[in-house]
Parts: sequence; C-alpha cells; structure tokens
Amino acid sequence: MNLTLKVWRQQDAKAAGKFVSYQVQNVTPDMSFLEMLDLLNENLQTKGEAPVVFEHDCREGICGSCGFLINGVAHGGHRGTTVCQLSMRFFKDGDSLTLEPWRAKAFPVLRDLAVDRSAFDRIIQAGGFISAPTGGAPDANAILVPKNDAERAFDAAACIGCGACVAACPNAAAMLFTSAKITHLNSLPQGQPQRDQRTLDMVAAMTEEDFGSCTNHGECEAVCPKEIPIEFIGRMNRDLIHATLHRRGE
Amino acid sequence: MLESKIPSGPIEQKWDKARFDMKLVNPANRRKYRVIIVGSGLAGAAAAASLGQQGYNVDCFSFHDSPRRAHSIAAQGGINAAKNYRNDGDSIFRLFYDTVKGGDFRAREANVYRLAQISVNIIDQCVAQGVPFAREYGGLLDTRSFGGVQVSRTFYARGQTGQQLLLGAYQALEEQIAAGTVRMHTRSEMLDLVVVNGRARGIVTRNLVTGAIETHAADVVVLGTGGYGNVFYLSTNAKGSNTTAIWRAHRRGALFGNPCFTQIHPTCIPVSNENQSKLTLMSESLRNDGRVWVPKKQGDTRAPGSIPEDERDYYLERRYPSFGNLVPRDVASRNAKEVCDEGRGVGPGGMGVYLDFSDAIKRLTEPVVREKYGNLFDMYEEITGENAYKVPMRIFPAVHYTMGGLWVDYQLMSSIPGLFVAGEANFSDHGANRLGASALMQGLADGYFILPYTLPNYIASSSLEKVDTSHPAFAAVKEEVQQRVAKMVNIRGKRTVDSIHKELGKMMWNNCGMARSEEGLRSNLAKIPELRHEFWTNVNIIGGGEEFNQSLEKAGRVADFLELAELMCLDALQRAESCGGHFRVESQTPDGEALRDDDRFSYVSAWEWKGENADWVLHQEPLAFEYVHLTQRSYK
Repeated sequence: MNLTLKVWRQQDAKAAGKFVSYQVQNVTPDMSFLEMLDLLNENLQTKGEAPVVFEHDCREGICGSCGFLINGVAHGGHRGTTVCQLSMRFFKDGDSLTLEPWRAKAFPVLRDLAVDRSAFDRIIQAGGFISAPTGGAPDANAILVPKNDAERAFDAAACIGCGACVAACPNAAAMLFTSAKITHLNSLPQGQPQRDQRTLDMVAAMTEEDFGSCTNHGECEAVCPKEIPIEFIGRMNRDLIHATLHRRGE
Repeated sequence: MLESKIPSGPIEQKWDKARFDMKLVNPANRRKYRVIIVGSGLAGAAAAASLGQQGYNVDCFSFHDSPRRAHSIAAQGGINAAKNYRNDGDSIFRLFYDTVKGGDFRAREANVYRLAQISVNIIDQCVAQGVPFAREYGGLLDTRSFGGVQVSRTFYARGQTGQQLLLGAYQALEEQIAAGTVRMHTRSEMLDLVVVNGRARGIVTRNLVTGAIETHAADVVVLGTGGYGNVFYLSTNAKGSNTTAIWRAHRRGALFGNPCFTQIHPTCIPVSNENQSKLTLMSESLRNDGRVWVPKKQGDTRAPGSIPEDERDYYLERRYPSFGNLVPRDVASRNAKEVCDEGRGVGPGGMGVYLDFSDAIKRLTEPVVREKYGNLFDMYEEITGENAYKVPMRIFPAVHYTMGGLWVDYQLMSSIPGLFVAGEANFSDHGANRLGASALMQGLADGYFILPYTLPNYIASSSLEKVDTSHPAFAAVKEEVQQRVAKMVNIRGKRTVDSIHKELGKMMWNNCGMARSEEGLRSNLAKIPELRHEFWTNVNIIGGGEEFNQSLEKAGRVADFLELAELMCLDALQRAESCGGHFRVESQTPDGEALRDDDRFSYVSAWEWKGENADWVLHQEPLAFEYVHLTQRSYK
C-alpha cells in the first residue's frame, strides 16, 4: 500500500517546526508502524535528506521509548498498544497520516518527533521508591502480601513511562503516571513507612514540573498502552488528603 | 596475564573467604573516590545505587533518555533463586550444578557457585524494594519451573519480570540521584576508554542531543553495557543494544572472552518480511504447556488443524523422552533448525515450527491457559494477527543473548586494572549456554552484591594517583574520537548504515549462527574485512556530528560490529568442538548431538587486540571441574 505522511520536522529545541509531506510506497501489512518509518528514512537518506528522528528501542512495547501522535491520537489509538507494536494491517492504501510529537510544556521537543521526558525521572526522584539499601533486606517471605494487593501493585507498576497520558490530556497532566507509581508502592506493606511523605513529595514535584491538573477527561486511560486505570488518580487523591491531614495532626 | 584470582579452599567458602580478605574503604573517605558506571540496566543501575548508598561519588551514563529504558526491561520469564520455598529438592548446590551443566562445562565453577549463593539475597532485596512478584493466595511468593530444570525456583512478575526488577533498581538509583551521591548522564554514549599508566581512569562520551564530545575522569570504571546480539542485525535485542563500550575497551587492552558464544532462543516469532527490524521473543515458559511439532512429510502445506495426529512429528518429545519440550535452549533451537532444513518447516518461507496449545486447553481449559499466558497470546496476535487459542503458534529461533563478553577475573575486573565489567557485558557465568531465568540473576548479583565488595577492595589496595580530565591522555583520546566521528560523517558515500548492517547480519546468521562450519567461517573471515572497507568508503551519513543524529549513532555502533564480527568468527573457528550454543558441524555424535571435546577445549578463550593491522592473540584460561564432573549432556 501507499501512504501520505505529514510529519512534524523541527531541527532542534530552539528552531521553529513545520509539517512536511512524504509519500511512502510499498508498505506491507506485516510491517510494524516503526518499520514503515524505517522505510521512509531509508528512502530519505538515499535521496540525501535527513531522516525523521523518532525514539524507539525495544520495539516490543515495554521500554517506553517510543511514542508520538498519529492523527492526533497518542500511539495511534489501538487499545493497549504502543506505536512500536502497531501493525500496518490496520491501515489501508491511500491513507493520509499526520505524525507529531507529544505536545506538553513539560516535554520540550528535541528534534522532530523526539521530546525530553526527564520530568518523569524527577517525579520519581521525589519519592517514587522504597528506601531499602542493598544488603539489609529480611527474607523475601517474611512479610506476607495479600494476593489482591500484589495484583493491584503490579497493575500500577506496569506503567512504562512513555508519556502518552500527558500528551493525551487537555491539561497536560501527569497524574496517571504519578498515581500509578504511588499506587504501586502504597499498595504494598513494604511501602507503608514512607507512604505519606512519598505522596506529598511526588504530587509537589508533579506541580513544579509544569504539568497540569486532572479534570476527569479520561483521555489518559484511553491511550495508555498498559491500560492503567484512571481509578488510580482517585487513590492518589485519597492518599494525598490522608497524608495532608495526617501531617496537620502531627 | 590471565590470573582468575579464584580464592583457595572449598567451593562453599570461597566467596566468604574472598570477602574477608578484601580491603575496606573508610566511610569518611568514600566520597573522595569517583566511580564511573556506564549503563543503567540491571547490573549498572544496581551497582550505581549500591555504591551511591555506600557513599562513593558515582557518575552513571546511559545513551537512553532515562535509565529506566535499558534493555533488561524486556526480560519476560523470571529470575532463579535457590530458595527452596517449594521443598522440592532445590539447593544452592543444585542451582550451581544445573548452571555449570547447562553451560556445557565452559564456565568457572567458583563464579557459578557464588552466583547460586547470592541468588537468595537478590530475591530478598527486590521484595524489600517493592518488586511486585507473583504471589499465592496465602501471601507467599509464587514460583514456577522454567527452561529445562526440574525444580520450581523461578520467581516472576507476570511476563514482565525484567521490567519490574529494572524498575526496582531504577527507583533505588533515582533515590541516590536525589540524594546527590549519583550524577546521572542520560543521552550520553561512551565512545572510548581512557587508560592512564595502565589503569582505567575515565571515558569519552558523546552527548547525543548536542553532539558534544566530553571527557570524564574517575578512580574506577564499570561497564554494564549489555550484550552484542545485534551483530546479527535481527535479534531480540533492543535496536540500540550494541558492543561499542566493550569493544572500545577491548581495543584499549581488555581481553575479550569467548566471543563466539551466542544464545539462539528457541521461541521467537518467525521473520515475516524483508523490512523486519527486530525479532520478538515469546517467553519460553510457553514450552511448559505447549507442544512443539512439524508435519512428518516434507513440504506439507495443509493448515495445521487438518494434519492428522499420526502425520505430526512431535520431534522434541520423540528424541528427548525424559525432557521433551523442556530441553535446554540450545538443544531446542538446533532441532528446530534441523527440521526446517529437512524441508518440514511451516509458515511463510518454511522457517517455523508449531507450538501447539490445543492439548493444554483441553486439559486445563482455555481460561486457565489465558491466566497463565494471556499477555503472550495477546502479543502474538498483535504481531501476527493469529489467535493462538485456535491455531498453533509458529515459532523459530532467534539470537537472544551473548554469553561472551569482556574477560573478567573473580573480582569482575577486566585485564585492564580499574576496569570492571558486569552483567551480560562480561563473559563470566553462563559458559557456552545460558539457562532460562539466569540473566536477571547474574546482572543483579554483579550489581548489588559483587561489585560493592570488589570495587572498594580495588580502591583500597591500589595507590591511585590523582588524575583529572586535564591529564594529556584525556585530550589525546578525545582527539581520536573526534577524528573518527568526523571521518565517518565525511565519507558521503552511497549506502545507508542499515543496508550494511543487514548484510553483515545475514552473513553472521548464515555462517556463525546455529550451526558453524570451517568452510562457512572462513568465508566470513574473507568477506567481513571487505564489508568493513565498504563501510569506511561508501557509507552515507546524513547530517553532521554536532546535532541530534541517529544515523551517526547507528553508524558508530555498526563500525564496531564490523570488527567484532571478525573476532567472533575467528573464535568459532578455533573452537573446533561443539558446546552449548556453539555447534560445529564437524563435531557431532553419530546421532547428531553436540560433541564436546574436553581434552582440547576445556578453556576460556581470551583474545587480545594487537592493533588494526595485526592479528589477535589468543590466551587460554584452563577450566577445572572439581565439583561437577564432566559428562556429555544428555536430555534423552
């Protein structure tokens, strides 16, 4: 099949960007979306033009490197799928697709479709961990964890940090990302000692990084490649109120 | 030159003895020492976090935008530990025994024993960090049997164990970054090692956004930069995984151990098109319930459902009645290749075998199978468009892991003093074949529990002169790196980097892949230098060195693969025996099984770089087996 791509091209963080149209021919249904872009880049390079910069690494939906908007939808809009796993069999000959980077103040564009997501790392630095210096751990079975709590912790920990939730949110909020880490750690007995401090610090870091706030659009859950539920934002808010009141009482 | 520094005494006491003999650094002095750690996967992140906690001044480098992206994240199956929580006969000795035997007697006994001992601490550590391992209803940890072992010692977090273990290490690392003990340098790729007076004292990096070439000095350098499976172009490795850091160190004097030892994983989704960029692994836990078969007849193109039971060849069950579908990876892969070479392969191009769950669904019901493997079945359907609950999966072997890597001693130090190597980047613990669920174990053992002892010991027992980046050695290496980048960018030839990489990959897969012959290896040894010449005269990199330039990043990595590939073939040629994943067609038993030759090849090959226009020199570290007696492996 043949496709028309309108791709956001931007030389670096300071330059102005613009959409440029390209034709991609001989795309086969068994290619992945990124393999289609590889093909575009091979053709561009053969013609002496700069290839489109896009981030990717594992190409199996787990590293969280890839991601951009396809016709305005993060990762292309197939439920539970990162763009690297998106198959070309979902597209048809003659389709016209617009590709642009995540748009959020906290994620500045570096070049073309690549953005700087280091704000996520800084939210984790604020409290997205359980302090357990190497060597001092008790036996792994010393603390029992109810299966349901372990399952919820896992559901939350499945987040790959790709940033789609921020890109999809009209407010560019990072609340799904932050609440997933808070829910993961706050659900486990090992996470209880730092529960209040973690919640307060991570929420504060999120605000400092210029992310917006949740107004319940639910776009984040809809595009999340790991299907993290918006319910976790409710849990985070509950933990935040709890922590704030707790602190006031101290 | 090859002093393995294995402590004396009984094997159970070697690590304790070594730890007691190690020198310590006073806590107040630790912050005066700088440690460079390259790589932020399981080994690198675990080491950076642990050394930061101890108070060292750590600089950690990653070419990714965040340390959480390292390819350890993609490991699916699980992590072994000799906890014996199942009361099923497991023990440290049995994990040690299985690993030495599974590695086909080409690993060091002392290292493997230490790995088995530490395995129990790793699980404790990870649980304390909040890694959400699978649990039973009573709240205890669940385990499963995995990859050809007969005890249930594999801990797992659904099909995403690597992700959860890496996030645990990443979070510990981020905590140290916030505490100021670790400085994280993301989007920074190591392009060379700086050696001063015979000791590793720093690195040269390229900032992948601005293109700036930068120098960094330290008292000790650790490489935890992963494996080099992408030399084959198509592999299950992430696209960015590369050999550059260890290869540059090799060119500066670090010996390269067992470069030809490559693991070809039996359960991957077959190649489907010419533009394919990578291969996807399906966890081998699938072999616990799936049955592997091909049609008995050659060229049988009927749909699998219409091939009657008595016209199917369940070849693993037939050839290996006691292990059946659970034979080790190397055996399963080689058998798949054989049946496809016989013309009995299935799917497009005949390069695939069936992995059939219909019996398991009958026995366990579909919901139970879905609970165990649902995410893998979903992934398979996403990629192939086929529903594996209804039709058998098609699988084929793919390059997955490299057991070879930089040679290290028992302390994980390479042949360059002050250069330590951890995780998949070193050669140490897996011999000629890695058992399932052992890679995560080794990466974390090295990072959490070995380097935090051996690295301080090196610092405390060496008199390290004060060196910073103003030393002329840094300027000299920086100049070399800049020239190399400029040279590459200015070739302005006709071929893309990928086209050369693909050509190299095909050559390696055909002649240095699952079966290797003298003829094929010699042919590669003649052709690789030609392809290297083609690269250096005809590659076309668009753009320059001082910008965000992904073609240039790839080109630098492919340039190093083009040198490494030659060494892999050379190593495969000299090892005229079959062992583990290395199958030399000239060395097989009458019934076609791998034939090891312990009299001639019971050693680690360690290659020394002698310069671009000189031959490599082979050193041999003899291997002694005192506790696990040498036997020909048999899974019949």
